Amino acid sequence: MNLAQFFVRHGDEILQATLEHIWLVGAAMLLAIAIGVPLGILVTRRPWLSKPILGTANIAETIPSLALFGFLLPVPWLGDRSDRLAIVALTLYALLPIIRNTSAGISGVDPAIREAARGMGMTPRQILFRVELPLSLSTVLAGVRVATVLTIGVATIAAAVGAGGLGEFIFRGLAMVNDQLILAGAIPAALLALSADFLLSVVERRLRPAR
Amino acid sequence: MNPETLRQPIIEFLNASYRLPGGQVLLKNLNLTATSGETLVLLGRSGAGKTTALKLINRLLDPTNGEVRVDGRSTVDWDPIELRRHIGYVIQETGLFPHYTVEQNVAVVPRLESWPAERTRTRVAELLALVGLDPGGFARRYPHELSGGQRQRVGVARALAADPPILLMDEPFGALDPLTRSEVHREFQSLEQRLKKTIVIVTHDIGEALLLGNRIALLKSGELAGIYSPKEFLRSGEPSASEYVARIRALESFEESK
Repeated sequence: MNLAQFFVRHGDEILQATLEHIWLVGAAMLLAIAIGVPLGILVTRRPWLSKPILGTANIAETIPSLALFGFLLPVPWLGDRSDRLAIVALTLYALLPIIRNTSAGISGVDPAIREAARGMGMTPRQILFRVELPLSLSTVLAGVRVATVLTIGVATIAAAVGAGGLGEFIFRGLAMVNDQLILAGAIPAALLALSADFLLSVVERRLRPAR
Repeated sequence: MNPETLRQPIIEFLNASYRLPGGQVLLKNLNLTATSGETLVLLGRSGAGKTTALKLINRLLDPTNGEVRVDGRSTVDWDPIELRRHIGYVIQETGLFPHYTVEQNVAVVPRLESWPAERTRTRVAELLALVGLDPGGFARRYPHELSGGQRQRVGVARALAADPPILLMDEPFGALDPLTRSEVHREFQSLEQRLKKTIVIVTHDIGEALLLGNRIALLKSGELAGIYSPKEFLRSGEPSASEYVARIRALESFEESK
């Protein structure tokens, strides 16, 4: 049986695993954006928080992914459901690029523009939402893109704690020394990463402020 | 307007000083008044404290000593947002919002003040026409699609949007080439006469100061070195003034010799 036949025969399972994968990554990314963007903004407002926040996110990033999943397993509530655990672990991975790019984007706004906004009587909140965030949107999105691609890769490890996703095929293939099974997980995961990268880069380019 | 109201002090510096947290003094005991309807120029080299003085007026900075009054009230007693909306502010061309069209840039303050859309639109068109830009052709363009002179006009229109009684301008024409500059100067002069606002302009350009100001306050390393009318300034014997006069004379004799 060649690879194409294998994909056709197991199409349903592969699709199922891909959807699981998208769910894990999508949920993690939404959480990471919801947490990372405000933290990135906070870092620009309270520079002394920059080191502890970025440092913590950095450490999360350096923990080997398999180990991180393992560490979280005994945590109460988290360990109860494997997809819950996987999503939290993936969120931790996705945070750093998002926090970093949000703060870099906001710090990169021309000080003259910020000063003009202040001088015209905008409140700090108005400056943030009408000037700073719109002008740093493309940088924030670049962070989201990096984080998404990273997370799609790391999410294959989620199968190790039974959270499903395309990693199922890879782990099964490794155990059974079956290349086709490994590829059944690896190829869709790679395609997923490439298409996410492409789509987000298109959006990012559209949002880039004109100079 | 009668002469009485003309002399009404609008902006007053009372022994105002500004010191950086590190101790460096940027402005020392400034006493200066801008009266209603006049154009006061703050002239000086970079580092003379002119921009610092300007920022004390709209409370981008608070004086570390003394006080600055706007309409008789100390700036620290004003709500900063209210104060700034009461004062138009023009800085070098970079102050336009790059992600807003010309129309949106001019409409910033009216929108902050929640004007009805129709009134804002009328006002924007009126202002663009006032600064010599055809609203039909320019309203939907972005700042990066404009020339330096056009951006400058949009900056002025934006500062005038909510019809503030006070206008502050920080090196407003600094980024323009000499030809565009003198063109914008001429237009601004006629605008000055029509608007009757209290205007404070910061510049290091003596020609600009003489052309646009009713009075010139010369600042040197954070201190007021003198207040002059343009004519007095030329006769003051002030080295920078003499130098300027010499330059103009040289230019004139060059013209004659041709």
